[in-house]
Amino acid sequence: MAECHPVGFQWVMEAKARGATVIHVDPRFSRTSALADLHVPLRAGTDIVLLGAIVNHVLSTGKDFRDYVLHYTNAATIVSEEFADTEDLDGIFSGLIADERRYDPASWSYAGAPTPAAAGARAWPTGARGGTAETDPTLSHPRCVFQILRRHFSRYTPEMVEEVCGIPREHFAKLCAALVENSGRERTTAFCYAVGWTQHTVGVQYIRTAAILQLLLGNIGRPGGGIIALRGHASIQGSTDIPTLFDLLPGYLPMPQAGAHDSLSAYVASFVPEKGYWADARAYTVSLLKAWWGDAARAENDFCFDYLPRLTGSHGTYETVLAQLAGECRGYFLVGENPAVGSANGRLQRLAMAKLDWLVVRDFSLIESATWWKDGPEIETGELSTEEIATEVFFFPAAAHTEKDGSFTNTQRMLQWHHAAVVPSGDRRSDLWFYYHLGRRIRDKLAGSTDERDRPVLDLTWDYPTHGPLEEPSAEAVLAEINGTDADGNPLASFGALAADGSTSCGCWIYAGVYAGGVNQAARRRPGREQGHLAPEWGWAWPANRRVLYNRASADPEGHPWSGRKALVWWDSDTGRWTGHDVPDFPATTPPGATPPEGARGAGALGGDDAFTMQADGKAWLFAPSGLVDGPLPAHYEPQDSPFANRLYAQLHNPVRQVLRRRESRYGPDPGAPGSEVFPYVATTYRLTEHHTAGGMSRWVPYLSELQPEMFCEVSPQLAAERGLTHGGYATIVSPRAAIEARVLVTERMRPLTVQGRPCHQVGLPYHFGPNGLVTGDAANELAGLSLDPNVHIQEVKAFTVDIVPGRRPRGPALLALVDDYQRRADLSDETGTAP
Amino acid sequence: MTETTARAPRRVSFSLLERGDPADATGYRAHLERVGFFTDTSVCIGCKACEVACKEWNGVPDDGFRLTGMSFDNTGGLSGNTWRHVAFVETHAPAADAGDGELRWLMASDVCKHCTHAACLDVCPTGALIRTEFGTVVVQDDVCNGCGYCVPACPFGVIGRREHDGRAFKCTLCYDRLRAGMLPACAQTCPTDSIQFGPLDDLRMRAERRLRELQDAGVSSARLYGEDPEDGIGGAGAFFLLLDEPEVYGLPPDPVVTTRDLPCLWAHAAVAAAGLVATALTCFFGRRR
Repeated sequence: MAECHPVGFQWVMEAKARGATVIHVDPRFSRTSALADLHVPLRAGTDIVLLGAIVNHVLSTGKDFRDYVLHYTNAATIVSEEFADTEDLDGIFSGLIADERRYDPASWSYAGAPTPAAAGARAWPTGARGGTAETDPTLSHPRCVFQILRRHFSRYTPEMVEEVCGIPREHFAKLCAALVENSGRERTTAFCYAVGWTQHTVGVQYIRTAAILQLLLGNIGRPGGGIIALRGHASIQGSTDIPTLFDLLPGYLPMPQAGAHDSLSAYVASFVPEKGYWADARAYTVSLLKAWWGDAARAENDFCFDYLPRLTGSHGTYETVLAQLAGECRGYFLVGENPAVGSANGRLQRLAMAKLDWLVVRDFSLIESATWWKDGPEIETGELSTEEIATEVFFFPAAAHTEKDGSFTNTQRMLQWHHAAVVPSGDRRSDLWFYYHLGRRIRDKLAGSTDERDRPVLDLTWDYPTHGPLEEPSAEAVLAEINGTDADGNPLASFGALAADGSTSCGCWIYAGVYAGGVNQAARRRPGREQGHLAPEWGWAWPANRRVLYNRASADPEGHPWSGRKALVWWDSDTGRWTGHDVPDFPATTPPGATPPEGARGAGALGGDDAFTMQADGKAWLFAPSGLVDGPLPAHYEPQDSPFANRLYAQLHNPVRQVLRRRESRYGPDPGAPGSEVFPYVATTYRLTEHHTAGGMSRWVPYLSELQPEMFCEVSPQLAAERGLTHGGYATIVSPRAAIEARVLVTERMRPLTVQGRPCHQVGLPYHFGPNGLVTGDAANELAGLSLDPNVHIQEVKAFTVDIVPGRRPRGPALLALVDDYQRRADLSDETGTAP
Repeated sequence: MTETTARAPRRVSFSLLERGDPADATGYRAHLERVGFFTDTSVCIGCKACEVACKEWNGVPDDGFRLTGMSFDNTGGLSGNTWRHVAFVETHAPAADAGDGELRWLMASDVCKHCTHAACLDVCPTGALIRTEFGTVVVQDDVCNGCGYCVPACPFGVIGRREHDGRAFKCTLCYDRLRAGMLPACAQTCPTDSIQFGPLDDLRMRAERRLRELQDAGVSSARLYGEDPEDGIGGAGAFFLLLDEPEVYGLPPDPVVTTRDLPCLWAHAAVAAAGLVATALTCFFGRRR
């Protein structure tokens, strides 16, 4: 966190100054480790074993926060008797359809009560709706979630942690003690994570394990608790709220699917639960359609629901690359993204772009993704030649955040407004300018068209006021549209006012209120010293300016804070309302002991202790009966490329991970298979403080470039000795797919671990470098393969196998020959490693 | 002209025997409180934001793109083109400390010490180096003639001449920002308050408090560096809390103002000159006799 989020880390330092214990779990010793009280190095790709063993520790020592667990989680809920765990099936869950590489999740349901998820795969599970899940408040029923959890995690032991992660038992004991001692009524613990957890073939389940642990310890919905996703860019949170993701509409509404969702009603019925805030999703959807299509969206035309595009499958970034290679995707916008360096398997990215008809790149500088057609690595190897590439590449210089108005939404869901300081020079333009004027021009061209397919574009509310010499659209007008208006055209104060009858309009239901009273609430900058410790008047946090989600859980079932020290919201019996330091995340007048009336729905159906208001059962899910495609509980699987067998189960990999069968993206042999010795080391990629992601914002800036001026790799003195690597010299790093070179930093900060009785060496690779800019180097992501997490389609770049040898890599076609030679030695084919 | 600048500052540092405020001794009739930096390296996270902010504000050029191999330090040291420099030291905790012998990664942001007795000021022949009303030491780049005397005079190796320019440059403690009532750029940007700016007396108290805190927590290796007015430079205007010997960070253990012996040298030279004159006279008058 110090390494990648130094500004946010100031608060960790402040907490440390007040006595907080800071523990850092990371394969390498980074700037964060340097400031932490305890650094726990582990083998990359094994965090589920570590976290699972802490879960086991908490459960087996009875250290869970029982009152919290009983009332606010689904610990007591009885699961279907159809369900079979990894314990029963040696590493797979019931419902696996191996030849289709997918699970049928039906058997994971609550007994007699299929329940849709609030996130992820949202569709209602099969089975009759309307049943009520049975519970066992004694937590002793063998099929209650609590007992399933106990059995599931029982094999995650300190011995296993030592064996799989390479963490000595005494380190593990310290970690457990610190967490347990710092959780409960009086104290809370927070987890911060970043892509070291997500970029795995089982990445979503890493976060699930942390969620289970935090729920067992009572650390969710309480001050100082939570699981904090450290984002990779300034507004990545914002770009999931108002998504750049293919499968979401604004406010986490699912994208409709072709065939299944032919009407608004069919769409809504497919995922909307009876209970909780999601029950009103029809109002959110209709208001969104009104925001986009205004007067054209009417009840009689289903509010233009037909105008929305439909999904025909998974269209994530890597599937798009494959579609480009197949000639199905012909045009590509790259906006502030440099996949030739930043995405896994850069070569495949460039080969795919070479098949496009046109490519638009909007960035500050001529990044690698804009110039690969004339000077990319494949030109050098002879795989591509400029004359034969038909792609037409357009480069549009972009304006920086200092040159445009807009908002950043941070990981805390807080929007902070920024104002343009200067007008962008030359041809530089904001993204808002680009898309607004592009849309305007397209609409001009289509004007007068009677073709039905042009209606969605022509009917759009595309009328933002512009200002200044560049005709910059008003970002505040966009914010006002996102906030939405009531039937009289007044700005909405909160999502509670949204209606399904078309009388309200709202571009993103969770953002309703950000423009309450016609005031840009995100631009508020009242200093913290002039207000309470939560500083509610600094910026604005969604939803409804709540600073801590699910904060009902900060009070006990009777509505009293768990402790005075950790008070956040509570029930005021005098006024009959929830009140407190934060905006209560609960129906304001539902008393703590309330039982919902028969037939109630939505927020009204929440019981007094249903603290998790987005969940269809009001409870936090220790066991996820739906929503995930790779299992209701986390299980450890080895990374796609791993030198070690799975000690937990017979099943080696996540059986439903996404893999390719392509020559450009071959995988390493299974551990122990012939040829596995060819790639004996674990590599992991990461960032440096001095650079930003794929380098577009830092490798062209001299003051940053000089601070980390060349691609390097980090290795331990032991690995350097084993391979004859010299400090400051060059090394060539070879994966099953590619070879790169890097300068060598030999450092004790990289520590060899003992895993399964033998040494495990790890190679650290910063991923910022590429061939363009002031400072250059081979891109680490050339080495990575396309094996993806099946839930979110993210690439596994945090753990893969390599060889490392002294000296520079060959140039030209000889580079391909080197990789071919490695593939021959390891006996790789397009099929290697692809079995479920 | 304001009173603070009414009288031309004296060019030569005040005598080593003098105590008190260097701005007083320089001859400012009325001046502001002496300010400086307290750099608490125990909370430095090595982000180098200080280096970048310094260069951005002061228009300092980059220092070249070379991978040094010295851990994550690629600027190497202070120079005419680097006025804040973050050292990265991979070492082991002293056995006496808590966490006995553990690997540790020390990070420390170095800067001009703005010495009470500043040798650079003493040797500058053009008056380019001045003591400001804040008690800091600044090179006026429009006066500097590039003679370079100040470079070897600095006991810390802070000052450097800029290639292709020849003039000497160093930290100004953001003199322009101070005059506008702003914090120096590095202190403003430091996310963890490792770089603290303020009146020197306050900083010394804060440093003492922090030192006690660390020592009470068992960090026996914590120490202050450059805070002592009795040391060889009369105390630094920019001082540090270190977690190891100064040498570990590349700092001289016992810095002495290089012009300390100048009066004595001049006295010896005068004696020698007088001797030569006497000899010559003796010879001359001796022959007359």
